[in-house]
Amino acid sequence: MQSISGWDTVIGLEVHVQLATKTKIFSGASTAFGAEPNTQACAIDLAMPGTLPVLNKQAVHYAVMFGLAVDAEIGKESAFERKNYFYPDLPKGYQTTQLEKPIVGRGNVEIQLADGSTKNIRIHHAHLEEDAGKSLHEGDFRSGTSGIDLNRAGTPLIEIVSEPDMTSAEEAVAFAKKLHSIVTSIGICDGEMSQGSMRFDVNISVKPSGSDKLGTRTETKNLNSFKFMEECIAQEVDRQIDLLEDGGSITQETRLYNGETKTARSMRSKEEANDYRYFPCPDLLPVVVTDETIETLRRNLPELPDARQARFVKQYGLSDYDADILGSDAGMSVYFETATEKSGNAKLTANWTMGELAARLNSEAISIANSPVSAEQLGGLIARIADNSISGKMAKEVFEGIWTGEGSADEIIEARGLKQVSDSGALEQMVADVLAANQAMVDDYINTDQAKRKKKLGGFMGQIMKASKGQANPQQVNQILAKKLNELL
Amino acid sequence: MNIKRQEIEKLATLARIAIDESTIAEVTERLGSVLELVDQLQAADTSGVEAISHPMQGTQRLREDEVTELNQRQALQAIAPDTEEGLFLVPKVIE
Repeated sequence: MQSISGWDTVIGLEVHVQLATKTKIFSGASTAFGAEPNTQACAIDLAMPGTLPVLNKQAVHYAVMFGLAVDAEIGKESAFERKNYFYPDLPKGYQTTQLEKPIVGRGNVEIQLADGSTKNIRIHHAHLEEDAGKSLHEGDFRSGTSGIDLNRAGTPLIEIVSEPDMTSAEEAVAFAKKLHSIVTSIGICDGEMSQGSMRFDVNISVKPSGSDKLGTRTETKNLNSFKFMEECIAQEVDRQIDLLEDGGSITQETRLYNGETKTARSMRSKEEANDYRYFPCPDLLPVVVTDETIETLRRNLPELPDARQARFVKQYGLSDYDADILGSDAGMSVYFETATEKSGNAKLTANWTMGELAARLNSEAISIANSPVSAEQLGGLIARIADNSISGKMAKEVFEGIWTGEGSADEIIEARGLKQVSDSGALEQMVADVLAANQAMVDDYINTDQAKRKKKLGGFMGQIMKASKGQANPQQVNQILAKKLNELL
Repeated sequence: MNIKRQEIEKLATLARIAIDESTIAEVTERLGSVLELVDQLQAADTSGVEAISHPMQGTQRLREDEVTELNQRQALQAIAPDTEEGLFLVPKVIE
């Protein structure tokens, strides 16, 4: 247990994961992101009288795949309930969800912590449900009204509920990142946090160190970034401890965290908020998943992040650190492997993928799937670094060219005349010319103590690189220069 | 099982149903008699019966994940009370 001045923190997470199906959970309307408002909301999503839901097979399969990925019991017979509440972005007046018989039962997720240790976080269950629409409170419409966009209504979700096994913001963020890594690796979610594809509700309470009795918890809803989660937990833990140390008490409430102002507030308390009057949904029969289906999904389950990280160490000789970073991100893994196939040099490819490329993508907030530099293009660039055609410094210039759409590495190297001169005949001549043109430097070199001569080499290198317009292969020039100067001694 | 007036009022609020003051007594009595029926059912010995999630036999049929519903915004918004810029408009709601 991690203690902050005599207090223990207890954290549990509820994670909403949008499933990467093409259509809604109960209708054949598209789930594509970014469409014009209400163009992907059909009569079923709008709860028109007389419509009936028909469950999406892919959504069921994705939920089962998640269960298999976290080694959970699969609910072979699961059922849907109605959770009743009124809000304009929920046209039916209830959310169709699962309560008594969820599709995924108890499971386990192992997280890695910064100190190298691991910890098991238990999954209580995960259930299938539908997303609500969006309410817009300001926009290009009459004031005094709210605008409702129901494109998101009916998008399939799994809600993953953890046990309260986390004791710090670090553990909670590690767990959230691990879930992100798992769902993107098995391809059931696109993982685009900025589009709301994964949203986190964090339950936080504190109790005196060592006490068995849990404190009153608060729930902060709808966090959509790991950074906000970390900030929000730190803040809420401090708030609760301050309150308790001042003799106050914690109110069980739902809170909202604003990532821009870095402040949280209590949502208007609704006394009846938790009275959802669940009952079995009469429109949907029990969902049966056969052993055969489960076994087929298990056989075809894509590689999980832990296995992939281990493989990267073994297959490519990457360090544990590199393998962790590359292997935990589904998009990066695919990119790295594709680029390595082309470059033939895993270590250099790993460095470039995590370094230059990741930095550039981050600074422009582009996901690796949409990288302007394709994996094949980066592989092509690295192949030219690996075979000494260009220096690392020039490679950055070429990378920039690929990024802005000038073409492949080879095309840019050719067009800009960047190819490193590695032809030893040409280099020998170049070195000889520079030595002949700088007799004073040569005399100085010869007259210098042997121990200090090495320092003088830089001057010659500078002249040679200048003469070659930076295109001479530095390692080769070094060897030739040393050889020629030795001959003069 | 008896139902109290307060419970009726709470249920009405939750269900967003307006119950006229003058009819509350009658609604309370009627709902109470439904609950009495439930009480009779509750008295049955179900210790050897497995709970079911649905009264119908059978299992849920599943649909292939293919787009079958195309944009019907114009038709669906034609019957809505208020729309603007493609949005359904409702009285302002703020959490």
